[in-house]
Amino acid sequence: MRNFGFTTTKSRTIEYEKIDKRLIGYILENEPSFNACLSCGSCTAICSAGNLTSFNIRKLSLQIRLGDLEKTHEEIDKCMLCGKCLLECPRGINTRNVIMLIKKGLTIFEIKDKA
Amino acid sequence: MNIEGKKQIWNAYQKEIADNDYFYARSCIRQNFFPASEVTFLRILREELYKNIFDDPNHTTCTGIGYHSDIVPFDTIQTVVARQFSLMTQAGLEHMAISCVTSFGIYTEILDLWQHFPEQLEKIREYLYKATKREFNLPKNIAHTSDIIYKFRNEIAEKAKYKLINKQTGEPLNVVEHIGCHYAKMFPTKGVGGAEFPQVLVGMIESWGGNVVDYPERRHCCGFGFRNYLVQANRGYSISNTKKKMESMKPYKPDFIVANCPGCAMFMDKWQYTLAEMEGLTYDENGYGIPVLTYEEMAGLVLGYNPWDLGLQMHQVQCESLLDKMGVEYDPKAKYLDKNGNQMPLPEKPSCLKV
Amino acid sequence: MIDVLIIGGGIAGIETACSLQDLGYETIIVEKEKTIGGHLNDWDTLFPTHRSASEVLAHYTDETRRRALTIYLNTNVISVKKQDDGSFEVHTSRDVVFRSKTVVLASGYRLFNAEKKEEYGYGIYDNVITSADLEKKLKQLNGEFKTPTDKVPEKIAFIHCVGSRDEKSGNHYCSKLCCVTAVKQAIHMKQLCPNANVFCCYMDLRMYGPGFEEMYREAQEKYHVQFIRGRLSEVGENANGTLQLKVEDTLAARPCKIQVDLLVLMVGMEADKSTELFQQSCGLQCAPNRFVKPKDHHIGSNLTNIDGFFTAGACIGPMSVFDTVNHAKAVAFSVRDYLNATK
Repeated sequence: MRNFGFTTTKSRTIEYEKIDKRLIGYILENEPSFNACLSCGSCTAICSAGNLTSFNIRKLSLQIRLGDLEKTHEEIDKCMLCGKCLLECPRGINTRNVIMLIKKGLTIFEIKDKA
Repeated sequence: MNIEGKKQIWNAYQKEIADNDYFYARSCIRQNFFPASEVTFLRILREELYKNIFDDPNHTTCTGIGYHSDIVPFDTIQTVVARQFSLMTQAGLEHMAISCVTSFGIYTEILDLWQHFPEQLEKIREYLYKATKREFNLPKNIAHTSDIIYKFRNEIAEKAKYKLINKQTGEPLNVVEHIGCHYAKMFPTKGVGGAEFPQVLVGMIESWGGNVVDYPERRHCCGFGFRNYLVQANRGYSISNTKKKMESMKPYKPDFIVANCPGCAMFMDKWQYTLAEMEGLTYDENGYGIPVLTYEEMAGLVLGYNPWDLGLQMHQVQCESLLDKMGVEYDPKAKYLDKNGNQMPLPEKPSCLKV
Repeated sequence: MIDVLIIGGGIAGIETACSLQDLGYETIIVEKEKTIGGHLNDWDTLFPTHRSASEVLAHYTDETRRRALTIYLNTNVISVKKQDDGSFEVHTSRDVVFRSKTVVLASGYRLFNAEKKEEYGYGIYDNVITSADLEKKLKQLNGEFKTPTDKVPEKIAFIHCVGSRDEKSGNHYCSKLCCVTAVKQAIHMKQLCPNANVFCCYMDLRMYGPGFEEMYREAQEKYHVQFIRGRLSEVGENANGTLQLKVEDTLAARPCKIQVDLLVLMVGMEADKSTELFQQSCGLQCAPNRFVKPKDHHIGSNLTNIDGFFTAGACIGPMSVFDTVNHAKAVAFSVRDYLNATK
């Protein structure tokens, strides 16, 4: 194949039909309260880990919904499991269980971070 | 799909297109990439429709590409446009016929600006006078040249030698129409049929017997994007847009693509070669690619003009498959003869795209 | 001379007539259609309880009969003219000229014409329908639910704010009921087609009324309706008749493409065209959103700039059945106060 000094760019568009739904499906099945997330961000505002690292549980849960799992391992390991987010959630989502399910799901489906 | 719904939108966007006596504003790139399109336009207007159109040798580029690439300042491009109006005024004409969609967008935008900010118009009058001692009237009508072919599409249909119909099957050809972004996206009322469902090329295709393909990425930009193409490292954006369109239209098996914009026709044609070389992708069933025509070339084929006089041999994707479907008579041996009948050098063959 | 002439025989007009009768006034209702009930005739179920609209309609039909309300059907109002003595002369498509001491405008709203959003392809792509079309379809449903191209839908999207909060549509305001209607319809579709994926594409969710937020939560938790924060920008049709939607998931900040079998446009409420007529014939003041402008937004929303000319219901802005009935009950007291004062 010939080199022209430029290449096609991978589309940033999420194609709903192509989303990897394994992890989100597993979480929702085992923690249905996660369906009610409003993306309000109160979990993230109070997060012990999020004050010190790039950990953002709101953003991470959106990425999981969209099947963007490239850095889930690295991110989820930053959680300190303190449970403050659980206390804060206005929709009563068991966020602590969501974190545990993400960890389990990554192992079950052998999802690895992209190098 | 309900065609009546489209017709309703079309009715809401019918613009005034002058009937005769045009001042021709040429494109700067079309004569390189589609060398016979503009001469074909003049031939159709003069010899088929008996119209008066003035092709002024003093006319220059509108500097639109430079303007959209942040090289030409806004006051400069306005003064250049004012000079074209001055040439039109000098020729005793009032109707602009603009060959390029970029230019058409520039003219439309500048006229709109002058209407809202008359002091800007006065400033430009002064600039032009200081630089050239020229004065000008504003045109009474501006039309893109595809508007003019659209206006006379039925007259052309009456003179047609060939139709946009597959001669073997009797079925209409599947035609993808692509409208340049600056034709109607900035000013939907300035384009025939508006911006969402433009009618300008659809009208031609339908009155010449073809079937229009309405595919999901129909309204997507071809990817030219000016500075995104002009800087080599940025061309990935440009080609990725074309790729997106090609992938979206592929399932409809289009027989050809027709565009009304110089950049679009060029990119949709030439990027097919690049995509084939880079990624081994071709978008027709047999690996030849989908031919891309300008609307003048399409009109020329319908009117029975010699395809080599229309310059189709200068395209990247070769058009013989289309000529055969339409039943157009052509001499394969004459493909690369110059106008005096001498053999021109043959182009190199691409490694992937079949020719 | 009658006490009150009511323009419009929807629920606002009928409720106004009932309340005024209870206060001892004589009323006449003038309705342009051949039946009473207005838009409610076209609606299948009502939020937030999924109660059948025909139940509410039946209540008003029964009341109309029981109370022997005077209603002129198939009657278009042509002009309303205020007389020197403060009364009103109302000309209609009938020969008779009505004279009344007061007028209550209960002319309601009309729905946004979705064809105006050209990029959504309503009227062009077969599987693009409006929320009102869906209600009609559900009302007439007999057997399995199918799309206009006769498919049991696997993916359905609801688009909020169609013709609302949109300068390009000429409507800057929020139509306020479309959000909860979308949630109601989304749940209904999940009940009819449990295997379908149902999406709601919204800019903001405005669950302002009692029971609305609870219904939204139920849509998420029980019915797994997926809410995407982003406004639809363009629709295209695929070769197989499905639709391609382009919407940004603004929370993820990524453009998103979804292929659906059915697209439902949540059309907003607009001022009824007849409002212009009252502007011309009696100088009725309208707000910039073209609805009738209340004399006092907080403590006089039934009053207008014309003494003796009142409003009830959605002619002053988008209203639910709940809001409309309350507004209509309230107008009776405003009319009574006026008639007492001018006695």
